Amino acid sequence: MTRADFVEGLRGGSAVALASAPFAALFGALAVENGMSLPEIAFMSATVYAGASQMVGIELFGHNVHAWLIVLSILAVNFRHVLYSAALARYIGHFTPVQKFFTFFLLVDPQFAEAVKRSEAGKPLTFAWYFGFGIIIYIPWVLISVAGGMLGGFIGDPKAIGLDILLPAYFLGIVLGFRKRDNFLPVALVSAVASVLAYRYVGSPWHVSLGAAAGIVLAALLPLPSQEPDLEADALQSEVHEV
Amino acid sequence: MEFDLHMALVILAAAAATFGTRIGGYILITRMKSIPPRMEAALNAVPAAVLTTLVAPAFFIGGWDSKLALIVALFVGLRFTHTWMLIAAWIAVMIWRHTAGV
Repeated sequence: MTRADFVEGLRGGSAVALASAPFAALFGALAVENGMSLPEIAFMSATVYAGASQMVGIELFGHNVHAWLIVLSILAVNFRHVLYSAALARYIGHFTPVQKFFTFFLLVDPQFAEAVKRSEAGKPLTFAWYFGFGIIIYIPWVLISVAGGMLGGFIGDPKAIGLDILLPAYFLGIVLGFRKRDNFLPVALVSAVASVLAYRYVGSPWHVSLGAAAGIVLAALLPLPSQEPDLEADALQSEVHEV
Repeated sequence: MEFDLHMALVILAAAAATFGTRIGGYILITRMKSIPPRMEAALNAVPAAVLTTLVAPAFFIGGWDSKLALIVALFVGLRFTHTWMLIAAWIAVMIWRHTAGV
């Protein structure tokens, strides 16, 4: 059971690893351009392990800003993880403290989405599955970011080979996976509008926190559903990551 | 290939901040005895709300190439898997850039 779950996790995670490989390489390439060394790149990918905040980090390293400002920006970019870990709490009560440590360390966007989907599909969320799913994303992330650093000079303009579109398209795919949920459309629309306004008038990375807050507050205020949502249909609907 | 100590400390601080956000919500929620229904509704909305904010600005601020690619990805995503979405978005953006110019 445990072993089967671990293997199933590996299989699901490998699709995410594949999708995130270009971003790991891109991070490495950009980090080199911002003056980071390969050991530093490996160290950052291995300890921070968060694509968006690593990008924000190297952006700021290049500008010689104070460390506290870098940390604050990374907090802002990662604020969604506070919400993720709160939402995940329901499903991981049975994990040991050490397992919880790894659970939270490996908590990236697709990991969260898949874990919630699996739980809602009625399958038990085992640590074996979670760890398998996470480790197969984590290890390539570190290795490929170093490889990207080595190739840094050759990538040139990521737009020329269409790399820049993959990240938003990837997130769009995860958003679509939740389209069967209560209030999905109003929440997504309000978050979209709020994030664009915040992006324009407050600036990145606050558009993430502000846009999300708008959608979440709306969900809290909308009339509550009269019955339990059909979450299984939701999960089956978005059977992604089948490479 | 040097490993700068100051840089290492900044990276560690960034890692600590990241881990803090990854465990913070759990600590908050486990302090509370039960989840009120409205809070549950809010939590249910979290993934869609947050992930939308990672897409929407990219759509509105991006050029026509990005807009077209994301619209194509949206329609492909309604019918096919995630991987096909990425491939479709990539094909759309490459066709646009190599025919209409960037």
